[in-house]
Amino acid sequence: MTRALINVPPKAKRGEIIAIRTLISHVMESGFRHTNTGAPIPRDIVTSFVCTYNGEEIFTAELHPAIAANPFITFHTVATESGTFEFKWTGDNGFSATASAAITVE
Amino acid sequence: MSDRTIRLRRLASIATLLASVGSPAVPGWCGEIPPGERRSSYDLMSSELKAMQDDETANPGTFWVLDGEALWRQKAGAADKACADCHGDARASMKGVAARYPAFNAARGRPIDLEQRVNLCRTEQQKASPLAHESKELLALTAYVARQSRGMPIDIAIDRMVEFVEAGRSLFRRRQGQLNLACNQCHDDNWGKSLAGNTIPQGHPTGYPLYRLEWQTLGSLQRRLRNCMIGMRAEPYEYGTPEQVALELYLMWRARGLPVETPAVRP
Repeated sequence: MTRALINVPPKAKRGEIIAIRTLISHVMESGFRHTNTGAPIPRDIVTSFVCTYNGEEIFTAELHPAIAANPFITFHTVATESGTFEFKWTGDNGFSATASAAITVE
Repeated sequence: MSDRTIRLRRLASIATLLASVGSPAVPGWCGEIPPGERRSSYDLMSSELKAMQDDETANPGTFWVLDGEALWRQKAGAADKACADCHGDARASMKGVAARYPAFNAARGRPIDLEQRVNLCRTEQQKASPLAHESKELLALTAYVARQSRGMPIDIAIDRMVEFVEAGRSLFRRRQGQLNLACNQCHDDNWGKSLAGNTIPQGHPTGYPLYRLEWQTLGSLQRRLRNCMIGMRAEPYEYGTPEQVALELYLMWRARGLPVETPAVRP
């Protein structure tokens, strides 16, 4: 089961710089490994991450095979208005996960 | 050297001998790290890694704890019972339990670890098949149970297990493998010094099951012990063997007083 953990401050002052931390459970199988019998293990990674703030895209990332399991992505933004952050991860084999977090800006 | 000094030394050595023979309830105090100097390897980590362990939204071990919480309430086996049906809310009923394990099991006449305890419940109460070692389910359940003891001091009651603690201690001090090393040569005698690029930890199992960055997943203490034995180029003990449990027991007893950190993060 895919789980995502989001850490966004619930409240912020207008214009304040806030840190957003995200963690998603994923094996991030690189595609370069082999089993004991020599069969290649197919690649299975998260390839992209997008964060929107009230519908506007504020952060995106492309992920590659060298990234460790359970990718932890953290970034900053300016708290402009109350609303919602939406997070979306997509990857190999039709992988897709979403999460959201609300913020109140005073 | 004067006669008096020699006599004193003889007396001292006889006293040591008597102490080791006469008080089996305190096995292995000689050569052990004194309580005031016991350190979790948490202290050796970078501030970034410490922050990762302390913040539950940054600690990947939280995934297993959450999965374990779901499994706790999920009915399983022919008896169609969930852990919660007998034990209720784990936050109350499992508080402090992991700090006491491995514990003596009267029916088996020997200590069992948390993994074996979970599997005993599964086979005897739930009438389900036991979970495999290092399976996601077993790691999730043990992480969830041990999480309820986070911050509590490790406190093993060894009164009925003295011989098993002794057995674990002798395994800990036994030279083995192609490198002819014993665990205590690193973890008792040379902790704090460098081994290649790493600081040698005291080897206290305070945070198991823990998330090891090298593994990119959660793993049990037995997996870690097998790692060490492979590093010593010794034949690692199979999962669930009495040797593994004796080592776990001795290590937990050796770490008594240190707080439980499950799910810990280690490099």
